[in-house]
Amino acid sequence: MSDAALSPESVVALERQYRFQWEEKLQAFVLLYPEGLVRLEGSGAEIIKRVDGQRSVDDIIQDLERAFPGVDLRQDVLDYLEKAHGRGYIRIK
Amino acid sequence: MAEATSGSSRTGIPLWLNAEVTFRCPLHCVYCYNPVDYARSGPELTTEEWLRVLRQARELGSVQLGISGGEPLMRDDVEIMVAEARRLGYYTNLLTSGVGLTEKRIAAFKEGGLDQIQLSFQDSTRELNDFLSSTRTFELKSKVAKLIKQYDYPMVLNVVLHRLNIDHIQAILDMAEQMGVEHLELANTQYYAWALLNRDQLMPSREQLERAEAITNQFRARMGNRCKVYFVVPDYYANRPKACMNGWGTTFLNIAADGMALPCHEARQLPGLNFPNVRDHDLGWIWNESPGFNAYRGDGWMKEPCRSCPDKVKDFGGCRCQAYMLTGDATNTDPVCDLSPNHGLITDAVARAQTAGPLVKVQPIVFRDDKNSRRLSEKKTQPETAPAR
Repeated sequence: MSDAALSPESVVALERQYRFQWEEKLQAFVLLYPEGLVRLEGSGAEIIKRVDGQRSVDDIIQDLERAFPGVDLRQDVLDYLEKAHGRGYIRIK
Repeated sequence: MAEATSGSSRTGIPLWLNAEVTFRCPLHCVYCYNPVDYARSGPELTTEEWLRVLRQARELGSVQLGISGGEPLMRDDVEIMVAEARRLGYYTNLLTSGVGLTEKRIAAFKEGGLDQIQLSFQDSTRELNDFLSSTRTFELKSKVAKLIKQYDYPMVLNVVLHRLNIDHIQAILDMAEQMGVEHLELANTQYYAWALLNRDQLMPSREQLERAEAITNQFRARMGNRCKVYFVVPDYYANRPKACMNGWGTTFLNIAADGMALPCHEARQLPGLNFPNVRDHDLGWIWNESPGFNAYRGDGWMKEPCRSCPDKVKDFGGCRCQAYMLTGDATNTDPVCDLSPNHGLITDAVARAQTAGPLVKVQPIVFRDDKNSRRLSEKKTQPETAPAR
């Protein structure tokens, strides 16, 4: 787990013990980790889906703005990723 | 485990599947939660039967899989189970003492898609005073810890604490730091099965607990994010019961080595429930329809003081097995609750634990081994130290 702060250029990946997948019975995307799971609500899932170890924070924002045009998402996405980073779901590559 | 799946209690999906693939174990831990009469349990499920369990449970929505035991590595087909579990989309946790975890096996687990290894620190020596100085144990742990790192698994260590080792907490923490542990669970013994037999020897005093917690907090502060530490106090020191299994039959499905399906590790002992076996029924029926799984769902079974208690939605009246073990009636309030008329059973045990001295010599300690289990199987019903109802 890195203690460095996220910046728009940070390339982010899921921490190695986390796995993102769709759960049919829950009708939700989830993050799985040792002995637990987090159920992701719609926007959270759209963000985490793009945390792939290739995209930077900026890439993720641009990608989401293309997918959901006309909405200013920047701050919400930054806040969400900050929170996910703070909780140890994601790391800076 | 409760934390793992909180928030999902209303879904009624067995999100957590625990596969106790064998009761065989090279260790003889005096606090083991396996049934004391495991020696008379039927033959183990075959590989094919376990794979069928995995498929059926996945269809029901199980997603977290625990492969435990006994020592699961006593079976040579865990690799096959792991690979099938990955294919089905499980997140697979191997709960092991590390005994038998060779490089060949860990490589196969990685290849098959095992997600995490939780290493437990057992006290395998009968010379309890040598617990932490046991070179053999330390060498084994170091070797296994190295393999776990080498194969890029998070380093997760579980240490069961009790009266006889809790004063060594600093040494345990030092060892965890040296091993590069990232998640450390310091879980005080819960008094079920073998641990209930040995309860008076295992229960720490309040002073021991407070000291251990203070030292653990210093370690936490120093390590920060490098090591996440969970310190679990024995529920006997609480005045409200734990939300056992996140509610009976809501989240947790345990399949024992012999195929018996249970809503928790301990429920086998509850009388009159005739828990079904996966050899005879499919899991869909077992989870949704079987009388055993429905016995304590909801709150219709509750008596006072639970029935009218606002906390019943939080703690579900506590643990059915603990209520049965201590009071003889599984529908009673868990005596941990200070509203229970039987709470004195808890406070008496806690009072005994305050006696000075390192060891309360009320009876010889009972090791979990086949000989003792056969003896206890003959006694058949309740553990001998359970107070009369």
